[in-house]
Formats: sequence, structure tokens, C-alpha cells
Amino acid sequence: MKEFKYVITDPVGIHARPAGLLVKEAKNFKSTATFIKGDKSAKATALMKLMGMGIKQGDEVTVRIEGEDEEACAVALEKFMKENF
Amino acid sequence: MEVFKGTKIVNGIAIGKIKVYKAPVYTISEELVSDIAAEIARFDAAREKVQAEQNALYDKEMKAGHKDTAGIFEAHAMMLDDEETLIDPCKELMAEGHTAEYAVRDGFDAAAAMFLNMEDEYFKARSADVIDLKNAMLDVLFGADTANLQGTEPAILVAEDLAPSETVKLDKSLLLGLVTRQGSSNSHTAILARSMNWPTLIQCHDVADDWDGKFAILDGYNSCIYIEPDQDIIDKLSAKQKEDKEKEAKLQELKGQPSVTKDGQHVKLYANIGGPKDINAVIDNDAEGVGLFRSEFVYLNSKTDPTEDEQFAAYKKVLEGLAPRMVIIRTCDIGADKTIDYMNLEKEENPALGFRAVRICLTRPAFFKRQLRALLRASAYGNLGIMFPMIISLWEVQKCKGILNECKAELEAEGVKVGNYQIGIMIETPAAALCADELAEEVDFFSLGTNDLTQYTCAIDRQSASLEPFSNTHHPAVLRLIRETIEAGHRHNTWVGICGELGADPTLTEEFLKMGVDELSVNPKSILPLRGNVRNADMSKYKTQSPKPEAKPEPKPEVKAEAKAEKPKGFFGRLFG
Repeated sequence: MKEFKYVITDPVGIHARPAGLLVKEAKNFKSTATFIKGDKSAKATALMKLMGMGIKQGDEVTVRIEGEDEEACAVALEKFMKENF
Repeated sequence: MEVFKGTKIVNGIAIGKIKVYKAPVYTISEELVSDIAAEIARFDAAREKVQAEQNALYDKEMKAGHKDTAGIFEAHAMMLDDEETLIDPCKELMAEGHTAEYAVRDGFDAAAAMFLNMEDEYFKARSADVIDLKNAMLDVLFGADTANLQGTEPAILVAEDLAPSETVKLDKSLLLGLVTRQGSSNSHTAILARSMNWPTLIQCHDVADDWDGKFAILDGYNSCIYIEPDQDIIDKLSAKQKEDKEKEAKLQELKGQPSVTKDGQHVKLYANIGGPKDINAVIDNDAEGVGLFRSEFVYLNSKTDPTEDEQFAAYKKVLEGLAPRMVIIRTCDIGADKTIDYMNLEKEENPALGFRAVRICLTRPAFFKRQLRALLRASAYGNLGIMFPMIISLWEVQKCKGILNECKAELEAEGVKVGNYQIGIMIETPAAALCADELAEEVDFFSLGTNDLTQYTCAIDRQSASLEPFSNTHHPAVLRLIRETIEAGHRHNTWVGICGELGADPTLTEEFLKMGVDELSVNPKSILPLRGNVRNADMSKYKTQSPKPEAKPEPKPEVKAEAKAEKPKGFFGRLFG
């Protein structure tokens, strides 16, 4: 299992369009990535649930990745978060 | 005749019959069915069709250069791929024997409710996206012919409200104007109406079904609609509409045309903007770049001092959205009339002459560096110009550049990519204009801020009504400072633009061209009219000095005096020499 934390800097938070791109990115991997904020969590491939977490600017999210390509997946998602959120 | 008020989105007049646009109301069967597989197959087929529609709308908006609206449809298409929240709950309902229609209604409504219950306004508004998709799914499942809702003849469309996909699907050639009972000025419909320039009224609470087929005039200028108007209203507004149309047609022809005078002198026409929300206005009005992006919005829209990352996100959005156009971002111009609580600025006797802009930035280097680092990081995503405001002295420019270089070295040491950028300053004080030769050595461009330059040169507070009789926006002193700044810039290969209100003044366009200005930056709506002025100008008459004064009368005697004072050499001479 791999895990990283990220603080959202985008003014709107995890909103529709980049969230869609995040889903696309996550689907490139066999591993399951889960976004966790407080008591809420959503798979990185579940667009609306991800948006439904209401992640806003300044929120810290934990991203947990499990699966055969978790190493590469974690690197790719962390990079994606930095560039888009 | 009856008159009803609303809130206008776009000026302009629409004349014609009313078509009341009514989304179909479906009766969904509550009966259970036995062929579960058939319902799931119908559901999947509908989903594929709607997804293809949404992707087509995305392409259509991208082609029109509307990246923001396109993003809505891209997200819609992606939502339809969301198994966990949208698709699986629908399939469970069908597995219980419900029809595909029933499953869509309940499944999509539940997802919409999830968004509606969220606190944040942005996420709340996403429920409308899910409802939009639900309606699209039901249209397909019921085989409704939604293409015909608009009717077959040109009409003023009257509706309760319009979903983004409904608005985009409308046949524009049949749309004279738009009136809705609901809607907000920030809704997708309003944004689209603005970019398409449709006469539009929203929040017109009196819309009624029996308006259908009636003759009406929508008067955007006065925010009202006349149902079965009297003849004098028809005559008056028809004439106004004709005038508008002629003007508009002329402007539209100018899109894609170069901003060049009859005799071949080029000038760049850039736009002044206040934030990422103005990206579409820049594209729709065919601006060649952004000459002034006021970065104040990142400070004014925030309760606390904005972080480097927050600023980076905003700058990147504008640079990416407008690439490869040049975007000149002015660094923090807080102070004077723009104050912010978290900055803890002391109250001043004379704020216009006080602690503002670079004076604050150079006193608070940590604050300044956050913005400069954000700008440098954003430079990798487009064509950036960084501009420092309120300069009076050479050392200020050198100090600003020194801090900028420090930031650049830091970022590079951190392995962060920094792109190419130009450096410029505002010339908005008489001190800077008179020292333009020295300042030009240091920078790639100047931008004349004529509002402050006029106020500081004439010692006239522009806000003061009692000073009106003394105020002269074409004061010869100001025009002379502008001309001398342009000439000084050109002596040092520094290009010079004008980003103040004078830049959009049509009576001065020729004067500025004569001075050899390289760029005029104006509000987006002024771009096309200004291009018209430029293209009508013929500067060849100034090339040879006529012994007699110009025959053409000029509106202001001072301007004429300036014209005579024009030296034969300078940039203009070099351009044609």
C-alpha cells in the first residue's frame, strides 16, 4: 500500500472538469486509489462521489493506493494533483 | 399592449412572434416489467446516445473557442461513466423490475439531491447538471423530438429556465431573443447569451403560456418586453434595431482582420481584463492579447493573504486559456482606493499619493515574492509579460527586477520550470514619463496608464464632480508626455502600449498611431470598434509635412496643436523611412 497527503490549492476545490481528468488518469492503472477526507472517502474512479466529498481549497486529502502497480500509480496521481489541484 | 420587466443580460432589440419553449413532461409508469434485460439494454443505448450528444456539444463549443462552456459538457459525458453513483443505482432499480425511465428518474434525482445538499454553492449548482442529463436520458427513452420544441420559424423564445445543453442545442438561426422566468446572471445560459450577443431577459416573473404566438418586442436596453406593442413603439424600436444590426454586421466583419491602417501601419489591439472569467470575452472579441490583467482580484477575492499556489492556479488558467496570445499581468496594485483588511494598511491623508503598488511590494518583500514566484511558475504555460505599476524611479525598477531574478534562481534551484517572459512597467506618473529614456534601458515594454497619468499631471481628482469644468482628458501636457514616452521607448527598442481609458477613445486613435504607439489595450468590447478605426485610418497624409496646417478640423484645439508639433523623425519616420 502507498499513501500520500495533499493540500488543495485550487480556488474551487475538486470540481467537475479536472475531477473528470483525475478519473481518467486513475483508470490508467490497475491499482485502486481512494481519496480520504475526514470520515468521507471515494474511489478515484468514482467521479460524482469524489465531487460529492466537497473537497475545498485548503482541505488536506489522503490518497491511498493499493494494487500491483501502486508505485507508479502513486507517482502519477501525486503529480496530477500538483498540476491540477 | 402590455409591458413586463425583467433583468437584462444583453442589450439589443428582438422583434417577432413569441414561442413558448416547454420541455416535455413525461408520465413514467410505476408498473413492474418482466423483461429486465430489455430495460437494461434500452438504458445502455440511451446512455450511449446521450454521451455522444454531450461529446458533440463539447466539440462544438471547443470549435467556437468557448473552453469554459465546453468543460461543462465534457464533465457531463464523464458523469455518465460514473458507475458507483449514477449507473449502478439505476441498474439496481431495473433489476427489481422497474422500467428504464423509472430508473433514470429515481437514480438521477438521487444523485442530483446529493449535490443539492452540499454547502458549497459551486457543488450545489452541479445538481442542475445531473437534472440536465436526466432530461436528456428521458428524451431519448421516450423518443421525444426535442429538435422541434423551438418551432420552425424565427421567434423570441420564452421559457421557465433553460439547461445548458438545451441552450446550446437551440437553432441559433431561429433565435431572435430569449426570456426566462428564472436564471441568474452567472448561469450558463446567461454566459452563453452574452457570448452570442442574444437580446436576453432573465427573471421576468410574468412569463405566461398564453404569450405563445403573440407578436412582441424585447427591449434589452430598457430591460422589458412589449407584448402586442403599439405602432409608435414598433416604429421606434425597429429603427433602433436596424441601426444596431448595421453596426454589429460591420464589427463582425472585422474579426480575424489585421489591425492595420490603409497605408500599412500595424498596431496590436489587446484587452484589459480582471480575471479568468474574462477569457471568453478576449477570444470572442478577437483581442490579439491581454495588455493589462489586473491581478487585484486574487487579493480582493480572498479573506486572507493569497498563497503562492492559489495565485499560480489563477495565472496559469489565464495564460493557458489564452495561449499563444501574450498576457501582461500587472503585479499587485493595492493601495489608494483599493484597500484590503488583511494587508493592515494605515489610513492615509492622501491615498492617491500614498503607500500603494510597488511601494508596498518593495517594503514587504515576502509578500511580493509570493506573487513573483507564482507568476514565474505560470510563465511555463503561456506567453507572459510581467508589469510593475506606479514606478517613479530607476532604482525601483532595478529592485523589482532583482527580486524577480532571486525568485527565478530559487525556483530553478528547486527544479521548477520557468518559461520565457517579458518585463515591463506602467508609465503612469509624470516622473516616469520624463525619465522614460533611463527606464527604457531596463525593460522590454512600457504601458501608459493614462488615467493616473492624467490625474497626476493635471492635479485633478477624476472622481470629483466639481472639478469637471477644469478637467480636460485630452490635455496637451498629457498627450505630450505620451508622445515623448513612446519616442523614448523606441530609442531603446522598448515597445510602448497604452492601457488606460484614452486608448479606447476613438477621437485619439489617429493621434496615437501618428505617435507610433505599438499596442492599445482596451476593454474587450472596444476591440472591434477600435480595429475599425485603425483600418479606416490613412497615415500616409502625415508622411510628408505639408506646409499648411491640416485642413481637417479636429475636435479639440489642443490636439491640433500637438499634431503640428510632431517632429518628422522619431519612430514614425523610421517606420516609413
